[in-house]
Amino acid sequence: MGKRHEDAWRGMGMIRLEKRPEPSRAWSLATPLLAVLLTLLAGGLLFAALGKDPLAALRTIFWDPLFGPFSGYTRPQLLIKAAPLVLIATGLAFGFRAGIWNIGAEGQYILGALCGAAVGLALYPAESRLIFPLMVLAGIAGGILWAMIPALLKVRFGTNEILVSLMLVYVAQNLLAWAALGPLKNPDGMGFPGSRNLAQWASSQNLDLIPRTGLHWGVVAALLAVAAAYVLLARHAFGFAVRLAGMAPRAAAFAGVSPARLVLLCMAISGGLAGAAGLFEVTGPAGQVSIDFGVGYGFTAIIVAFLGRLHPVGILLAGLLMALTYVGGEMAQQQLQLPGAAISLFQGMLLFFLLAVDVLTGYRLRLGAPAPRPAPAPALEAAE
Amino acid sequence: MSEAQGTAALLSLRGLTKAYPGVVANRDVSLDVRPGSVHALLGENGAGKSTLVKTVYGLVRPDAGTMALAGRPYAPAEPRQARAAGVAMVFQHFSLFDALDVAENVALGMEAPPPLRDLAQRIREVSRAYGLPLDPARVVGDLSAGERQRVEIVRCLLQDPRLLIMDEPTSVLTPQEAAILFATLRRLRDEGRAVLYISHKLEEIRALCDEATILRGGRVVATCDPRRASAREMAELMVGASLRNPTRRRAAEGAPVLELRGLSALSPRPFGTTLRDVSLSVRAGEVLAVGGVAGNGQDELLLALSGELRATPASVSLKGEPVGHLRPNERRARGLLCAPEERNGHAAAPDMSLTENAFLTGRVRERLDRRGFVDWGAAQGFARRVIEAFDVRTPGPASAARSLSGGNLQKFVVGREILQRPDALVVNQPTWGVDAAAASAIRQALLDLAAEGCAVVVVSQDLDELLDIGDRFAALNAGRLSEARPVPGLSVEEIGLMLGGVHGEAA
Repeated sequence: MGKRHEDAWRGMGMIRLEKRPEPSRAWSLATPLLAVLLTLLAGGLLFAALGKDPLAALRTIFWDPLFGPFSGYTRPQLLIKAAPLVLIATGLAFGFRAGIWNIGAEGQYILGALCGAAVGLALYPAESRLIFPLMVLAGIAGGILWAMIPALLKVRFGTNEILVSLMLVYVAQNLLAWAALGPLKNPDGMGFPGSRNLAQWASSQNLDLIPRTGLHWGVVAALLAVAAAYVLLARHAFGFAVRLAGMAPRAAAFAGVSPARLVLLCMAISGGLAGAAGLFEVTGPAGQVSIDFGVGYGFTAIIVAFLGRLHPVGILLAGLLMALTYVGGEMAQQQLQLPGAAISLFQGMLLFFLLAVDVLTGYRLRLGAPAPRPAPAPALEAAE
Repeated sequence: MSEAQGTAALLSLRGLTKAYPGVVANRDVSLDVRPGSVHALLGENGAGKSTLVKTVYGLVRPDAGTMALAGRPYAPAEPRQARAAGVAMVFQHFSLFDALDVAENVALGMEAPPPLRDLAQRIREVSRAYGLPLDPARVVGDLSAGERQRVEIVRCLLQDPRLLIMDEPTSVLTPQEAAILFATLRRLRDEGRAVLYISHKLEEIRALCDEATILRGGRVVATCDPRRASAREMAELMVGASLRNPTRRRAAEGAPVLELRGLSALSPRPFGTTLRDVSLSVRAGEVLAVGGVAGNGQDELLLALSGELRATPASVSLKGEPVGHLRPNERRARGLLCAPEERNGHAAAPDMSLTENAFLTGRVRERLDRRGFVDWGAAQGFARRVIEAFDVRTPGPASAARSLSGGNLQKFVVGREILQRPDALVVNQPTWGVDAAAASAIRQALLDLAAEGCAVVVVSQDLDELLDIGDRFAALNAGRLSEARPVPGLSVEEIGLMLGGVHGEAA
């Protein structure tokens, strides 16, 4: 008994987590940087284990897209990849902060693209400056409608929004395939699947506002969304209600926040922004509704939202970083023959390390034996 | 208590010290508990009582000092070892599962429970032997607070403890239930066991305990014989200053401000209490005291008044206007304010700053937003006014609510509503777990508010408090509210019956 007893004390002395009286602001800023650093280290080891020069691999992923010989091509790609991620993640941040888990942004993204494209194609080949804005509105509406399904089911019947929104992604993917092969198929496309090219039709095209910069309307919308989200969360009563509901649901009810209204609003915001992202993608970088239109932005945006600490500015930076690993990862695949799975693993590590070091924000780590203790620990005899 | 007597002690503590970041909870604490005695541990909140008993129970490890149990060195690393050594503890907050029956709950707390049928038999024997009637087959969710406490006590007694630690045991009991508990504790004492009894109710310590150790700021400031010391002497040792009794200025009683007529509401929680046909009327300048054992509808009554639970329009009226259908902020705008019992998570958001918590209820009446956009400067100003007016000890309005001690956060939460000049204020457990100085400040503030013409409803389980500040007294029992009766002239026996003597099940 005495032996076990001492072991218990020693075990407690190794590493201890001590709750901080207040979450540390310094650590909440430092943890994303620390997570990136740890990812670089572990990623370097991973690449070395695959027989590649780790420094060359990291340079290809993180440096070359920005400053390498092909940066004239890759820099616009960064914006093109970051825009939908930031747009979707900003919307998700509202729900996540309030404890409402919309996991189905990918489906809302697809529905936004489908609805927007359908409205545009219905007017083809008319020429009007009003068509593109109308398509944007239709895209937003499509995303909102798709998000309202899990929202209303949750409010009315108490269903789990995680499951419903996730399952609706698969429904959306099948709708996409059906539309690309059926009603939205290009009548002049010689039977190939896929719609008319919206990027080549003057009324609907979403091209770079400044040539060869990647700065299309989606980038502008993402920046506007970040700014609006920042103001809403920091300065508006709605943002306060969102944060309050996430931190202390009973206090939120006491403050007069209606849970049902909050679910509908947060789901509408995330669905609407995801729908807009889909519309900007289908009219610009993707160009058409095709079977392989959904490439997972809606899922990656969840990582971006958390990497950015559910803070609009953080999400902006996290979206750019994630875009960098996409673009750089592609280059590493082509130039260094790194397997695609290694790149996915690398991106996953980023979230893994972030969540792990996140503990430091709320807790203090103590190594070794805790502060002064009575000399030799008196063993417990009384039990025997 | 001298060293010489200490050798005969069952439990003796020598020089126990425990520091947390920023605060020394126990500093060089020594005391002896003799077998066959009920030993009181007295002190304000934050005096270090809970840290001390948690050390004895193996939940906290001291930085310095030693303990001995029956003359042998004693240093439990976890409660399991403390229980094996014969130390048992009944916590203030019960750790019971509502959906399980009594025997199942008892089995869950044992190291190697016997088969349930044998256990039920032993529960019956022990509960009968100690005068604590308890049916092992009943579901805990249906038990009164007093009966739940019996489950905890019986669970301890089944381990045949030498030392029983009780943390504020009577805070949830009716006077009749408390009397049964005292008889049980005396019986344990007469069997030669020791009881370490934590309480802030001085009268019951005088009636029950043989010795008292008084803690202040983590140190032992005095030991005394509570049967000979007066309650006032002990209170002043505890606080370290002389206490003021709350003083009241009589206001001319005005028209009824807050009225409930036949209010019925279903609890939003499982095992909650349904409010049934509750009627009351409070005049301007009056304090209505609502007593009742915990879980008889107090939470639900507050929710129905704050607007978190909505009812038919006419069942709640304020200044003659029906408000039963209105949301919390609409009721605030009309002058009906509330302060719920649970500070952390209901009245305030623990992880938010005091400024944000000031905005939480102050938004409407203090005009802290302009068309939805928050004026954080004004919110901070409001928080600062609450901090200053109610002497809230905190570095400033940017501190997180959870960094405040219970008493300081309670002063903030009650002060936040009072400063908004309500027409009617409803508070639930305004001084629960609050030290004596803060409690007296809060009671005084409520009386001052009434003197200015506010209708005040105080819901509490502390009868002394209710009789101290209430003009009329009503009791909640199983979701029904009794007729309110004037406080002057009410006897403790009458109150006990109003609270629902049926819980007592005459011992």
